[in-house]
Amino acid sequence: MSSVKEIVLGPVFTNNPIGLQILGICSALAVTTQMSVALVMCIALTLVTAFSNLFISMIRNQIPNSIRIIVQMTIIASLVIVVDQILGAVAYEMSKQLTVFVGLIITNCIVMGRAEAFAMQNPPGLSFLDGIGNGLGYSVVLMCVATIREVLGSGSMFGVEILPLVTNGGWYSPMGLMLLPPSAFFIIGLLIWALRSWKTDQVEAAEYNIGGHTALSRG
Amino acid sequence: MFEYYLSLFIKAVFIENMALVFFLGMCTFIAISKKIETAIGLGIAVVVVQAITVPVNNLIFQYLLADGALAWAGLPEVDLSFLGYLSYIGVIAAIVQILEMFLDKYVPALYNSLGVFLPLITVNCAILGASLFMVNRSYNFGESVVYGIGAGVGWAIAIVVLAGVREKLKYSDVPVGLQGLGITFITVGLMSLGFMSFGGISL
Repeated sequence: MSSVKEIVLGPVFTNNPIGLQILGICSALAVTTQMSVALVMCIALTLVTAFSNLFISMIRNQIPNSIRIIVQMTIIASLVIVVDQILGAVAYEMSKQLTVFVGLIITNCIVMGRAEAFAMQNPPGLSFLDGIGNGLGYSVVLMCVATIREVLGSGSMFGVEILPLVTNGGWYSPMGLMLLPPSAFFIIGLLIWALRSWKTDQVEAAEYNIGGHTALSRG
Repeated sequence: MFEYYLSLFIKAVFIENMALVFFLGMCTFIAISKKIETAIGLGIAVVVVQAITVPVNNLIFQYLLADGALAWAGLPEVDLSFLGYLSYIGVIAAIVQILEMFLDKYVPALYNSLGVFLPLITVNCAILGASLFMVNRSYNFGESVVYGIGAGVGWAIAIVVLAGVREKLKYSDVPVGLQGLGITFITVGLMSLGFMSFGGISL
């Protein structure tokens, strides 16, 4: 059972898809200005990753190696179409806000990456859990970013005002920068810094070592 | 007419930059921006593929998938727009494959310099993103040609600039936890902030 726990929880912190594997940042950051939109995106991505892993793993022995990318793409794109149609029917307003970003789950590197790296070698049950785990890892980062951006940028959580705004007679004047694209990059950069200060084995080796100041080192 | 297309082009390159404003193509953007030469190679490949795929997807949407588009085949009630994602990604994969074979046969020099980047482009979200935006904003054929080239050029500029910054960045003293990925994100954030200043321009 420990391996199941490892597969689900591993990607959340120790092997985070965004923090360490550099996967899936593509379509993610644009949907983090509001927590509700980010949550829908997280759920959609986790489901797509889990089910694409499941289906690809089921037919992994039948897929010819030379056309596996096309097969994977077709499965993923079909799942995304299902998700998109459900969203359009159940939560129409939300699907308008997400615009093209639901469609971009197809090219989200997490889905492809896990299909290629895990589902092609492992049985369906484990692959499904791996998909859930990586979806959760992605969701943790996305929700952190969305929380920071919405609380600081509009003083609210899930649209409910928690910091009374100046415009409504309160004291908090929102930081406009948090709603603009650059803030997402800064927040992710700082999150990675925090994660790596905690898990020091994830630190990348420097490409170029800086020598001591010559005048000083000579003493 | 020319002015309209020019303003659309400028808008696609600077104001709505694929990488820095819409966060598209981020994976390759971060992973393959360590050297200027490779960044230029990838940038050119993206421009070429964008310039072909966006107009082709536009034709497919207009004449096959859109609501009532099959009227020419005697099926005016058919709406195939739900097949959009599957068709666009199929078209992109096919065009990248054809382009690869064509370059290999007729322009081997370019083929060798693009190397592994061509197949990588299939899973670049900037390519699919441009096609989806094109459908979302219902561009016509002419607009889609200009938009495709503009989106590609904007992405190429961004990755070449980032590669230039990162080549210098490796000589600087970065805090341990921030090395590599972390500092790259902060750099991209600053570049994005710079591109925000184009936001107010209206042509």
